[in-house]
Amino acid sequence: MIRPAVKPEPVDLTTLPRAELMREVTDLVALHAELIDDDRLEEWPDLFTEECLYSVIPRENADRGLPVATIFCDSRGMLVDRVVSLRRANIFPVHNYRHIISTSRIHGVTPEAVTAHTNYVVLQTRNIGQSFVYNTGKYVDEIVYSSGRFLFRSKKAIFDTDLVDTLMVRPI
Amino acid sequence: MLNNHGAADASATASEHDRIGCRVPYSVFTDEAYYKAEQERLFRGPTWNFVALEAEVPEPGDYKATFIGDTPVVVTRDKDGGLHVVLNRCAHRGAMVCRERRGNAPHLECVYHQWAYDLNGDLIGVPFRRGIKGQGGMPADFALKDHGLVKLRVESLNGLVFATFSEEVEPLRDYLGPLITEHVERIMCRPVKILGNQRQFIHGNWKLYAENTRDPYHASLLHLFHNTFGLYRSTQTGKCVMDENKRHSLLFSMAGSNDAERDSQVYQESRSFDTSFTLKDPSLLAGRSEFPDGITLVILALYPNLILQQISNTLAVRQIVTRGPDSFELVWTQFGYADDDPEMDAIRLKQSNLIGPAGVISMEDGEAVEIVQQAVTPDRGAKSYIAMGGGGADDADHLVTEGAIIGFWQNYRKMVGFEEALP
Repeated sequence: MIRPAVKPEPVDLTTLPRAELMREVTDLVALHAELIDDDRLEEWPDLFTEECLYSVIPRENADRGLPVATIFCDSRGMLVDRVVSLRRANIFPVHNYRHIISTSRIHGVTPEAVTAHTNYVVLQTRNIGQSFVYNTGKYVDEIVYSSGRFLFRSKKAIFDTDLVDTLMVRPI
Repeated sequence: MLNNHGAADASATASEHDRIGCRVPYSVFTDEAYYKAEQERLFRGPTWNFVALEAEVPEPGDYKATFIGDTPVVVTRDKDGGLHVVLNRCAHRGAMVCRERRGNAPHLECVYHQWAYDLNGDLIGVPFRRGIKGQGGMPADFALKDHGLVKLRVESLNGLVFATFSEEVEPLRDYLGPLITEHVERIMCRPVKILGNQRQFIHGNWKLYAENTRDPYHASLLHLFHNTFGLYRSTQTGKCVMDENKRHSLLFSMAGSNDAERDSQVYQESRSFDTSFTLKDPSLLAGRSEFPDGITLVILALYPNLILQQISNTLAVRQIVTRGPDSFELVWTQFGYADDDPEMDAIRLKQSNLIGPAGVISMEDGEAVEIVQQAVTPDRGAKSYIAMGGGGADDADHLVTEGAIIGFWQNYRKMVGFEEALP
C-alpha cells in the first residue's frame, strides 16, 4: 500500500482525520495477526514500542481486577525472548494459528495515543489437520506514532476461552 | 475386572516392584472402568481433596463452585466465618444448585424449584410446601432437616481448604503427615492474596500429571528454560521425599547450589542446556530471595488432586479436575502474601511468565502428558518401566529419582487396584 509521508514528530493525533486513524489502526492490527499466522514471529516485536505492554489475560481475571496474565511482557525485549524461547526452548504440539479479526472501533484519541478495541478469534490447526477455536476475545490496544510509524504501546488480549487447550506458546 | 492381562500381572508383587522397578499397565490411563473406580474409591473415598484457598472465600456469603474428581461441590463461608463444603446437587431432583464459578449470596437457591439452602447446606425453604389454596403441597411428614445438601467433612490448613466424602479418613494433618504439613505451612506462612486464575485443558489422563509432578528426573531434561537458566537442575542440592504412607511428595531444590563448570560437564550433550540462549530482558529472572532456608523451588504433590508450588517468587496451587479417562483440567490459582510490597507484586506478576499454560518452564508438561496418552492408547497390554533411583518407593536426598512416582502407584494400587481384579 502507499504509505503517507512520514510526519514530523511529535504528532498530535487529535489533529488527524478520523478516517486516517481508522486506516492506521486497522492496518496495524491486521499486520499483527498476519505476522503471527504466517510464523514471521521474529518481525512481531517490531510492531511495539521499546517500552511496551503486551498481555494475554483471561477475562475472569480482568473482570475481577486481578493481575495474573497468561503472557505478560513489559518490554520489547521480553517479546523477543518469548519468540526465542518458542524457537529454542519450548516443547509444544506443532500447530498454526489463523486469526479472524472484527472491525476495530476507536474508543478514544489523545494527542499521544489512539485506543481501539477489536474482537478476534484464533483458530488452531495441529498436525492431525482439524481446526478448532483455540482462543477468542478482545484486543484493547493503545497505538502511538513513534519513529515514523504507528506502533503498539500497549496491547491486551482479554480472552473468553479461559480453558486453554493444552498450552499457549504463540502470542495471540 | 480392571485387569485382564493375565498371569504376568497377578505375579507382580510389592517385592518385585522393589527389586526391578515399577511397571504400570497403560490401561490405567485409558480404561473407563479405572476411571469410574477411582472416582468412587479414591476421589470420593478416604482422601482429602483440595477445594479452595480460604482467601477465595474471605467474606460471609462467599462461595466457590469446584470439583472433587468430577463431582461438583460448593465451598461456602457462613455468616459466622465457618467453612462448608456441600455437594452441588439439589436434594429435590438433582439440579446443580450453584451455577456460577464464584460469588456472594445469603443462601444457596436452586433455580429449578427455588429450594433454598443455608450456607451450611441445611434446607430452609421449599416453595408451595403446604400447597396452594389447600391443594397440593408436600406430604405431612416432610421435614426440612431430612433434605439438606450432602455435607462433606472440611478442614483448613493455613488457608488451604480440603474436603472429603469419607467419614473414616484420618484428620487432615495426620493424612498429610508431619513433613508435608511442615512444608505446606512453610509456604502458607502468612495471609495470602489471590492474584488470579489460569485454566488448562489437557488431553491426557490425570495420573500422568500426578507422575509428572513427582518426577525430578524430567525437569531439567524436558524444560530447557529451567536448566539453561539454572532455575532447576538435577545437579542442584535438593530432595525428593514422601510422607510415611508415600502418598504425597515433596520435591525441593536450591538454585544457590548451581555450579556452572560442573553443570556444563553433566549436561554437555543435552538439548536442554543451551549456553548460547541469553535473555534480552533478564528482568524475568530478577527475583528476590524470599525464604531463609535457600530453597528456590518446591513442588508439593498432595494426593490426590493438588500441587502446591513455589518456583522462584511464584506461588500457586494447581488443582486437578478429572474429565474422563483421557482428559483433565488443571486450575491454577496464583497468590502472593497479603503484605507484599508493590515491587514484590511486580516481581510475582512478571515471573508468572514462568508458570501456567504459557509458562516457559511449565508448558511442556501439557505436551508431555499428551504424547504419553496418544502413544499408550492403542496398546492396552503394555506397561511402563519406572526405576530411576533404584526402582523402589524410596526417599532421595538427590534429584535423580522416580521414587515418589512409585509411592503414588503403590497407593493407587491399594485404593483402586490394577494388579488384582476388582470385584
